[in-house]
This record gives sequence, C-alpha cells and structure tokens, in this order.
Amino acid sequence: MIKYIVKRFFLMILTIFIIATLTFFLMNAIPGSPFNEEKTSNAVVQENLEKHFNLDKPLPVQYVLYLKSIVTFDFGPSIKQPTETVNSLLGRGFPISAELGIWTILVALISGITLGVVAALRHNKLIDYTAMTIAVLGISIPNFVLATLVIQVIAVDLKLLPAATWNSPQHMILPIIALATGPMAIIARLTRSSMLETLTQDYIKTARAKGLSPFKIVVKHALRNALMPVVTILGTLLAGILTGTFVIEKIFAIPGMGKYFVQGINQRDYPVIMGTTVFYSTFLVLMLFLVDIMYGVLDPRIKLHKKGGE
Amino acid sequence: MEKILDIKDLHVSFTTYGGEVQAVRGVNLDLHKGETLAIVGESGCGKSVTANSIMKLIPSPPGKITQGSIHFKDQDLTKMSNKDIRKIRGVDISMIFQDPMTALNPTLTVGDQLTEGLKQHKKISSHDANEQAIEMLNLVGIPNPKERMKQHPHQFSGGMRQRIVIAMALICEPELLIADEPTTALDVTIQAQILQLFNKIQEQTGVSIILITHDLGVVAKIADRIAVMYAGKVIEVGTRREIFYNPQHPYTQGLLNSVPRLDQRGDELIPINGTPPDLFSPPKGCPFTARCPKAMEVCENVYPVHTKLSETQEVDCWLQDERAKKYIAT
Repeated sequence: MIKYIVKRFFLMILTIFIIATLTFFLMNAIPGSPFNEEKTSNAVVQENLEKHFNLDKPLPVQYVLYLKSIVTFDFGPSIKQPTETVNSLLGRGFPISAELGIWTILVALISGITLGVVAALRHNKLIDYTAMTIAVLGISIPNFVLATLVIQVIAVDLKLLPAATWNSPQHMILPIIALATGPMAIIARLTRSSMLETLTQDYIKTARAKGLSPFKIVVKHALRNALMPVVTILGTLLAGILTGTFVIEKIFAIPGMGKYFVQGINQRDYPVIMGTTVFYSTFLVLMLFLVDIMYGVLDPRIKLHKKGGE
Repeated sequence: MEKILDIKDLHVSFTTYGGEVQAVRGVNLDLHKGETLAIVGESGCGKSVTANSIMKLIPSPPGKITQGSIHFKDQDLTKMSNKDIRKIRGVDISMIFQDPMTALNPTLTVGDQLTEGLKQHKKISSHDANEQAIEMLNLVGIPNPKERMKQHPHQFSGGMRQRIVIAMALICEPELLIADEPTTALDVTIQAQILQLFNKIQEQTGVSIILITHDLGVVAKIADRIAVMYAGKVIEVGTRREIFYNPQHPYTQGLLNSVPRLDQRGDELIPINGTPPDLFSPPKGCPFTARCPKAMEVCENVYPVHTKLSETQEVDCWLQDERAKKYIAT
C-alpha cells in the first residue's frame, strides 16, 4: 500500500509538472500582455513594469522562474491587482469555492443515490418513471439556465431566498441547487442501472434466503456493490463541479476562486493564471487519487499495491 | 416417520410478454424427517421453480403460485405473509444455490456473511455468533476457521466457497435444506467431497435435504428417494433402488439409458430424441408423448392416471393401465 502511494505521488508530481508546463507555454502563446489595456502609460513605464515582473527576460528564463514559484508555492504578486499576491487571492477565494463544492457534492451524492435506489427498487413503477424524468431533465438543463431560473422563481417571484452574494447559509441554497442538479441526475441514473444489475445477483438471493429484511439486503448487500460505477465517475464529476463553479460563481456573485481564474485569463495576469491552474490541477489529481483509494475500500477484490489477481 | 414437508397440487406460472409460462403444473411431493429427496429432470422441467417456491423465492412479478399448497410442518407456506416467511427462511428452511462463485457477496467478509443470519434470527451476542460460525466452518472442513473468518470470498477456491455456503445454510440449524444443483459448478473431485459432506451433515444434524440436480451420479450417491420431473410435473417417484433398478416411466428409462456406464463398455449412449414441450401451451395429455418410444393414442389426449406401484413408487403413465398391457402384448 505504501509503495503504491509513493508511486502514485511521483506520478502526481509528473502530471502536475506537465499541466504546468503546457499552461505556461499556452499562456505565452496568447497574443497580448498584461499592459495592453493601459493606454495611458508610456513606453518607459511599461518597460519598467515588465522588468519588475521579469517579463523582459527570455522565455526559458521565465519558465525556470515560474517552476521555482511552483516548488516554493509562492506565485508572487498579481500584476493587475498590485496590492494582492496570488497566494492571498487563492487563500481568500478557495475556502468559499471549496465550501460550495463540498456541499454540492454531498447534496448530489445523497439525493442522487437515494433517487437511484428508490427507482431501482420500484422498477417500472410510477416512482421509477418520475425519478428518471427528473434525472433526464437534470442532465439536459445546463446549470446556468437552472441558476437563472431558480433566481427568478425562488428569489425574485417568491422572495424566499436571497438571489446572490455569499453571506449566510440561506445564500448557499440556490447556488447549491443550481450546481448539484446535474451531478445528482447523473449519479441517480448510474445508481439505478447498477442497482438493478446488482439486485439480480446470486448473493442477493442468498441474502434473501437467509431471511434478512429488504432494508438490510439493499443497504448492506446491494448498495456497496452498486456504488462502484458511481465512485468511478466521482473524480470526473468533482472536476465538473469545480469548473462549473466559474459560471455559477459569476451568476450568484460569489467571491470564489472562479472569478480570479477567468479574470486572470482575460487580463493576461500571468502569475494569477499560473497560480490558479497549478492549484486546480493539484486539487484535481488529489481527488482522483482519493477515488482510486476508495475503490480498494469499497471492493476488497481490488488490491492497490499488487498487479493482477491473487 | 414424521412428514415435514407436503406439497400438494402446486402450480407456478410466469407472466411474460409472450404469454403465461406454466413452469410447474400440479406437483405433489412429500418429505420425511432426516430424508434426502432428489428431484431430477432436464433443464426447464420446473425443478428449481418448485424448490424456490417452497421458500417463496421466485421473483414476483413475473412469477406466481397460482394454485396448491406447501405445508411445512403445520403451516401453509403459500398463505404466509412476506414478513412471516422471513422468519422461516434461513431458520427452519435453508437454501444452497448452484454457483458458489457468485452466491457470496464479494464485498463482505466470510465471517460477516456467516453470522448475519444468526444475528438476525436469534438473540445472540457477536462473540457467540462468531464462535458458532467457527464451529460451523470446522464442521464443513475449512482449515484455520478463525483466520478464514476475516477473509473475503475471493480468497477462497470454488470448493471452499461451496463449503462456506453450506455452513451458512446450516448455521441456524434448519430442519430442511434445499440444495439447488449444489455440485454442478464444481469439478468432479470436489463434487465427491461436497457430497460426502452432505452425508456427514445429515448424520450429525438429522436435517432433511431436497437435492435438485440433473446429475444422476450425484443422485445415486446420496438420495433416499428420487422424484423425476418432466414439463412441470412429477412423472415418477420412488426409492433410489426402485428408480435405478425398476424404472417404469419411459422418460425415466430414457434418462438412465443416456448415462454412460462403466459396466457396459463400448455400447453407444442412447439419447432421448426431441425436445420438451413448450410450456406456453402445455399438451393436454402426457407431455412426453412426442418423444416416447411407447406412445399410444390415448397418451396424446388424456393425462395418464396416477398409479401406485408399491408403498413408495408412483408413476404417471398409461402403460400401467390394464388395457395397455394387453395392447403391448399383441
């Protein structure tokens, strides 16, 4: 197990290095510079600014400096917001994004799995059809459409909840609804089909022959086996939710990380782009690693440190 | 001897898109205490459906017991609620399924699966349940039971898994054990071991066994009585001796002829030609008519009378009729 974790750790570093390198060169391939828009500044000022941010140096030197900033986890000051460092932006934005993300995943998982299990147990009955109709709607409606819809109906028309910003738990409900519906629908559909398959397995019949209650059969014997496909997509879903927050954070005026990411790219704020990208990719690679660990926990047949079977 | 199971005129059908399949069409069977009854017949003859109906384990819908009764001791199982039948399952009647590779839950430890039935039905501490499970594993011949309890099914071989399944079925000390093709998925050497295990268990616990199989070799080894099923009906029943040495139904004779024998070297095997009838619309008369070498006109139209040949042997065949004997003679 430890051997596996060490191996995975080095692979993760390699992955992040490749992402960082690609980002760096792609970023520099975009035409323009951070100072394009500042028409008032004269050539001398611009030259000094470039010198200050090391932008006058040749690209390979910049690349080495940039790698150094990743290793030390110090991305330096933001170019466009001189009073802020990239680290302080991340430090402020990430907790908010993470809070939204974690709640979203929790809501999506719990409601999705419940919906899927209920649908599978009432296969081809009204509840099944209702649940699957909800799921299809959830998958088809983009989250920004849903976001504007809930703002209009719940916040503006019914005045039940605040429409935007991020101050209290009530403010969290609408963005979570908007963000969680899609993943919930995907999880519900997956759980349902996987549950239907699991329920026909012989060991479910064995459990029934033992005289166990239906509840125990579903929760103890079926669910754990049925959740494998859900775990598989969880890593990708997490990625989806994290990138999805850019749009949702914008719509709900949530001061999360997404804003800085988009702003950074628009303004060619190189340190911010680099910082957010490396941060996101590190986070994502970690999540995928956790998902792989989860496999081993859920299914003892999957041994992480060994290759092949027994 | 005390009768512990009495099945009377059992009908089970399955509703499908193509119509109603009458899988079991009036089965009568009984079982005494401590006895092993084998139900034999080819695939699709209704033997598994009969066994599953006893514990109400046929998937419903589409399956349904449409007629008849199954008396276990004094209770009619067909009339019991799902909740009541759960108190019988695993406690009074246990079941062993065909494929040990899939009958155990891959994600739970063997110990957990062994003890959960005990914990469900009897008020028992975890410690006592574990002790009992270890004892049970000992009985079915699993070495190092204490360590093995903590392992998962994939760490056991097929034969070992079938032993675990048997241990699991016996742990609540049931009075009736239904084994649905328990050796079909195992290789021959393991089959023999498992059959010996059945014998040993029966001697020690006095459990009654219903054994469902299409393997006549298995039957010859452990059955006291044999019921031959064909197209959803029991067409002949008798003691092992009667069925093997004095089979009366042409189908039973055909079955025995199609088994290779060591003492008849070189002879060709004689298959039963044709296929069983379609159970969407079962024939009016004897279902074996189309394949029967001794078929008469009456066979096609009227179901044969039930003839009692001895205290234990019974057969459904027109050849037993007085008039038929004359007809064959001429």
